[in-house]
Amino acid sequence: MNAFANHFSFEFRTGMRDKTLLLMNYLFPLGVYAMLGLLMTELNPPFVETMIPAMIVFAILSGTVLSLPNPLVTAREAGIFRSYKINGVPATSILTIPALTTILHMVVVAAIITATAPLLFGAPPPINWPSFILVFLLAAFACAGLGMLISVISSSTRAVVLWSQLIFLPSMMIGGLMIPFSMLPDALGKVGLLLPATHAMNAFQGLAQNQGAAFDPLWSVIILLAGGILSLGLAIYLFCWDRLNTTRRGHPTLALLALLPYGVGVVLL
Amino acid sequence: MKDSIIKVRDFRKVYGDVVAVEGISFEVQRGEIFGLLGPNGAGKTSTLESLEGLRAPDGGSLQVMGVDPARESRKLRNLIGVQLQTSGLPDSMRVDEAMRFFCAYHGVAPHYHLLDRLGLAEKMGAQYHTLSAGLQRRLVLAVAVAHNPPVMFLDEPTAGLDVPSRIELHNLMHELQAAGTTIILATHDMAEAEKMADRVAILLRGKIVATGTPRELTATGAGLTKVSVRTEGPSLSDPSITFPAVSQVAFKDDYAIYYSTDPGPTVSAIIVHIEAQGDTLIDLRVERPSLEERFLEITGTRGGQ
Repeated sequence: MNAFANHFSFEFRTGMRDKTLLLMNYLFPLGVYAMLGLLMTELNPPFVETMIPAMIVFAILSGTVLSLPNPLVTAREAGIFRSYKINGVPATSILTIPALTTILHMVVVAAIITATAPLLFGAPPPINWPSFILVFLLAAFACAGLGMLISVISSSTRAVVLWSQLIFLPSMMIGGLMIPFSMLPDALGKVGLLLPATHAMNAFQGLAQNQGAAFDPLWSVIILLAGGILSLGLAIYLFCWDRLNTTRRGHPTLALLALLPYGVGVVLL
Repeated sequence: MKDSIIKVRDFRKVYGDVVAVEGISFEVQRGEIFGLLGPNGAGKTSTLESLEGLRAPDGGSLQVMGVDPARESRKLRNLIGVQLQTSGLPDSMRVDEAMRFFCAYHGVAPHYHLLDRLGLAEKMGAQYHTLSAGLQRRLVLAVAVAHNPPVMFLDEPTAGLDVPSRIELHNLMHELQAAGTTIILATHDMAEAEKMADRVAILLRGKIVATGTPRELTATGAGLTKVSVRTEGPSLSDPSITFPAVSQVAFKDDYAIYYSTDPGPTVSAIIVHIEAQGDTLIDLRVERPSLEERFLEITGTRGGQ
């Protein structure tokens, strides 16, 4: 427990000490929140209705999919995991502790957004708080799982950028953050169902905001949970201490299995 | 009775088509400092990292205090302390955090006095990436020894260290040895190996080509002992003067230098000659062949085959 607490404490402080992490965990999502709050509420007034969930999902994507994998890949390539292995740091801790501390940073950001958006921009606060918290945690878990998986399968930070943007950019455009899912053409809607952002937005709106979901929000909850568990499991299974000298247990393409729950969603919804 | 802490039997390691280590065997006794020497690519790091559990052997067997490093990593982690050649700590990790972090995983209290001992006391709050290369190596060493492991693996431990740090590290190694710690030292620094190691093995192209104490290795070579003599007068200035067992003569900086296969008779004859000439001896130095010379002899000859 002492070791876990020490590791957790170090990783949490790193999230604020490291300038890149500080930017991606706090400054970028809060900066975009402030900017969209000022612009979008003028240009697209209905945006304010979904502003809190949209900005929280944006912050989660920034902290997990964009920011979480890079330090892990850099550490592996620098041989830091070799030091960890020799000193008995478990692989599960190497992956899950940064994910947990990132989620904790996201809790802080989400709290700031949720507390200030109604006051500054007139955004409606959540109605069902337990559901709001549950959906937040599930969305963060699912996205952190994908972040961990990206870190495990990426051979370099350039590969991280590629995989991260493959999730982040479509999430921004068709994940329900800027344009409501119900307004998307059918084909794009089907692609959108492959994204955790779509399910997070749907669950937030249906369960926490009582705004009416585009499809059954319980499916979104199940898909986010299953996606998170599968991503975490695959990340641990595919983890390697040292890309050059250790054999991976499975081929990196196995990571695509993490999309299975979302694929089932495409078929069923 | 011998107490072998490390046993390596027919160890083999390959990377694709490249055979890095080809069936080597050796044992290291408790409390011994054992040097692994060899040119780049000889197989030193592959051997060390397999003993540390970082790589799986492709043949043969390895044991560290009865533990198979590839299969029993949990047991191994508290038995060994490692300073890797290529590894680091997280950039943002502070010096005191590093000590707490790794000690916590080993289940021991942080040993901050080691940081003081290795000149890191004033850098407690400094992040790893702000330390100089030498200080980074000292920090890695401090956390490697903090849990008081019975076996230490040091891969090029003095690379990048200044002279005082190097001396401090050597003192620390002697202290660890006195406390019963077994140390495996991989180094390119022959003077360090000669000074520190009780026994050495020289690896070349994945095979052990020589093993023994540094003295044994230097004694078995064709190396010549260097006898340097300086006199007040010109009694040795004639290069045609011969002495027993001398195969080469040279003159440099007022010294006559004789390379001898048997320094005893050579030195006696030189002194007799100087006295007979009515000259006065100012300085006389006898230098045995160094481990470095023996190493070059072995690796140069065999490497050319």
